[in-house]
Amino acid sequence: MSNLLSLVTFIPLVAALVLGLLSRGDSEDTQRNVKYLALAATVFTFVVSLVMLFGFDPNFTGFQFVEEHRWLLGMQYKMGVDGISVLFVMLITFTMPLVILASWNVTHRLKEYMIAFLVLETLMIGVFCALDLVLFYMFFEAGLIPMFLIIGIWGGKARIYASFKFFLYTFFGSVLMLVAMVAMFSESGTTDIVELINYKFSSETLDVFGFQVTGGIQTLMWIAFFASFAVKMPMWPVHTWLPDAHVQAPTAGSVVLAAILLKLGGYGFLRFSLPMFPIASDLLAPLVFWLSAIAIVYTSLVALAQQDMKKLIAYSSVAHMGYVTMGIFTVNQQGVDGAIFQMISHGFISGALFLCVGVIYDRMHTRDIDAYGGLINKMPSYALIFLFFTMANVGLPGTSGFVGEFLTLMGIFQVNTWVALFATSGVILSAAYALWLYRRVVLGDLIKESLKSITDMRGREKVIFVPLVVMTLLLGVYPALILDVIGPSVAALVETYHSAVDAHFKMSAAASPAFQ
Amino acid sequence: MISTDFFVLLPEILISLYAMLALVVFVYTGKDKHASLSIWLTSAVLLIVAAFVGLSDAPSTTAFNEMFVDDAFARFVKVVILVSAAVVLVMGQDYAAKRDMLKFEYPLLVALSVVGMMVMVSASSLMTLYMGLELQSLALYVIAAFRRDNAKSTEAGLKYFVLGALSSGILLYGSSLVYGFAGTVKFSGILEATESGNLSMGLLLGLVLVISGLAFKVSAAPFHMWAPDVYEGAPTPVTAFFATAPKMAAMGLFARVVHDAFGGVVDEWQQIVAVLSVISMFLGAIAAIGQKDIKRLMAYSSIAHMGFALMGLASGTAFGVQAMLIYMTIYVSMNIGTFAFILSMERDGEPVTDLSSLNMYSKQEPLKAICFLALMFSMAGVPPLIGFFGKFYVLRAAYEAGLAWLAIAGVVASVIGAFYYIRIVYLMYFGEEIEKLVGSGSRRLTAILAISASLMVLGTFFSLFGIESLASTAAGSLAN
Repeated sequence: MSNLLSLVTFIPLVAALVLGLLSRGDSEDTQRNVKYLALAATVFTFVVSLVMLFGFDPNFTGFQFVEEHRWLLGMQYKMGVDGISVLFVMLITFTMPLVILASWNVTHRLKEYMIAFLVLETLMIGVFCALDLVLFYMFFEAGLIPMFLIIGIWGGKARIYASFKFFLYTFFGSVLMLVAMVAMFSESGTTDIVELINYKFSSETLDVFGFQVTGGIQTLMWIAFFASFAVKMPMWPVHTWLPDAHVQAPTAGSVVLAAILLKLGGYGFLRFSLPMFPIASDLLAPLVFWLSAIAIVYTSLVALAQQDMKKLIAYSSVAHMGYVTMGIFTVNQQGVDGAIFQMISHGFISGALFLCVGVIYDRMHTRDIDAYGGLINKMPSYALIFLFFTMANVGLPGTSGFVGEFLTLMGIFQVNTWVALFATSGVILSAAYALWLYRRVVLGDLIKESLKSITDMRGREKVIFVPLVVMTLLLGVYPALILDVIGPSVAALVETYHSAVDAHFKMSAAASPAFQ
Repeated sequence: MISTDFFVLLPEILISLYAMLALVVFVYTGKDKHASLSIWLTSAVLLIVAAFVGLSDAPSTTAFNEMFVDDAFARFVKVVILVSAAVVLVMGQDYAAKRDMLKFEYPLLVALSVVGMMVMVSASSLMTLYMGLELQSLALYVIAAFRRDNAKSTEAGLKYFVLGALSSGILLYGSSLVYGFAGTVKFSGILEATESGNLSMGLLLGLVLVISGLAFKVSAAPFHMWAPDVYEGAPTPVTAFFATAPKMAAMGLFARVVHDAFGGVVDEWQQIVAVLSVISMFLGAIAAIGQKDIKRLMAYSSIAHMGFALMGLASGTAFGVQAMLIYMTIYVSMNIGTFAFILSMERDGEPVTDLSSLNMYSKQEPLKAICFLALMFSMAGVPPLIGFFGKFYVLRAAYEAGLAWLAIAGVVASVIGAFYYIRIVYLMYFGEEIEKLVGSGSRRLTAILAISASLMVLGTFFSLFGIESLASTAAGSLAN
């Protein structure tokens, strides 16, 4: 199977086309067909991606399943996965059937809704498989279109503000990256990511409008890429689009945002910033550390003050992404392993938390924390599932949340103990807001009149959570499942990074003997 | 030999003869009764000539003592002009018929202005340049005021005429300075005179004035004032024409002048063009935000697009010209689709151009809405639509020419510009329900819209249909 990756990537798009062209009318039968077709397509994608996973050899650190075709301007259609990206592809294909299931009750413009999600799936898988700079950018940016429509059409009351903010924020970040890509293309003469990783971009000090830029063109490009990925991540202080987008997006949209779209930024750092601009990454890592530490502490405090459940979880996501950025820029085995682990585990946990909010939102049509209380009396199974994911979110040992946080903290401790200190305080804060949320919503007596008639979760709703619970527990107990796959690739990444940085400092030390 | 000279001009001669002959024939046979026939016939003639020009692979030849040149660059631009003019003519027919403005002169005037444009892009001396420009402009002035019983249309025509005459004056003055100081009107002569890389004061002033005149024709800021009023006032089929072929022609002429005549002094004009580019991009992006009329909005949008095309030109390299040609071709194909959509906007048989009338349009016409959505995102430069590739090419050209600041300014402007494009999408998909817009239901417009929109998507899969290499050959045929 030489074009397995294209198959995985484009199955959802084909399904979307079929839906768009063949499905007519709004009758109940058509709606049911649309839903089953979307579900079948996403499940089929998952099955095909499983074939890919089993064919993947983790000990080979290069790219696998590579496909190459010529395209415009010396650019190419090139796809491939390595240990870093393969699990993200799995995360997407695993999450999407659940997302479709979670949208079973949507009736408003159902066909367009499913098409938007299927197109989005193709684009997101494409981001992780693309091995050409411009191809990557195309998938990366094109995802804005369906997401803009998802928030705008199926969102809440302030959806227009949220969708515009989402679009313009992320678009602004990305176009700066586009300029950097143009610059990289001109400097190296190629857009092939594999070749770019091996290409050494100059790090000679540059003079820009009278400012001495240490690290030269690497620093400038790093900053441009950072602008894009930091917004996507999102990192403090450019995170403000996320709470708005999350709150206004429909449940399934929030799940996709939290579980998958937030990972694009972290993946970008791993694929571009670290291997292509090692000197600049080394120079600017302290900046990232402190931004991450601020994000962890500050957004956790902000989360404490939220009245809206989705907003609270959104801020908690920003805090968790803080661990990820921190882990990535430690550039040691534990840190990077932990960051990737944290991203994948956060995909399951935050996705599940948004689904939890969706369950009660579907019943009460409010996300206001004060509107709830004492749900445990009426919804015991809901209380159990919510408790499980609250604990996973806090990072209870035995759940996957713990492994990621622990590894990243271990990574940062070797590099910068002060940052580690502040970041660790975030663990306590996350326990505070998560448990407090749980107490206010689920525990206590059921005194609110409106909640008296609330019903527990139905079969379909429970089924959605089963795979998420299984994965969270499994990864928490046996993290080697992930670490064995990513380990060799991460080790290779770390090694080339450090050899590049060492070479640079040896050279600059040799060039200026006065400092020896 | 005079006969070979005539042969080089054959396409222009054919269209001119056709226009004059048709004028006489229609006057004597039935005047406006044959207006539809006149439109179809003109389109057919333009397309046949386009095929004739496009399939020719003759080497670069000059005619009439180097007054006129036929090379790959001219042929590329001419094909785009001819095809877009033919499509736009057919597009406006139903609209014109409903509003009792189906006159047989209209397509013939378009044909004459197309001849002017073809002469412009083939100009190889200041005389030919001016003749082509005026032939084009005079025809355009008339069709801008085509609804002579309509105050707005006549106002548009008059404004266009007065400001156009002013710019022609500036251009002519610049040309006379250049002639005076270079001693020749031939581009090749001017190129020789400036070969040393030093410009005398008179030549420099002449260059600046010529560029100002050309900037007016491409509606680059700060010479853009006429565009919004003319776009809004002129009948929509005419606006559709203004937004496509003349822009391509003026941009082609621009490239021709700065490269063929002033190719030796790139440094001198590069900064002027770069500044024009940056002002246009920002003015187009910012001023469009407050617009309520879609035709005015498209005027500002085209100003911003001209800024991007000028960015390619500002790089002063062959790759820059190639990028500009690709950008303009994509721009023209986007605008044809967009205006097909605007032409189909009507309520109770009356044309509407209010942006607010698009509210929840996607519910009534899902197909047209999705096509228009693709066009809008393409205009904003969001991949995978081909509008993105236009931007990518010009950005790369600018960066490689050392204009990184221009590239950064360009992408910032494109984010600002994205706002109003996605606002249209927002209106169509999640605006408020108001009085319904009843589309004209013209199948032809829907087909053109759908074709244009699918080009936006398919262009990515089919490597821009090969225009890359054609544009590269075209750019290579310019001197310098």
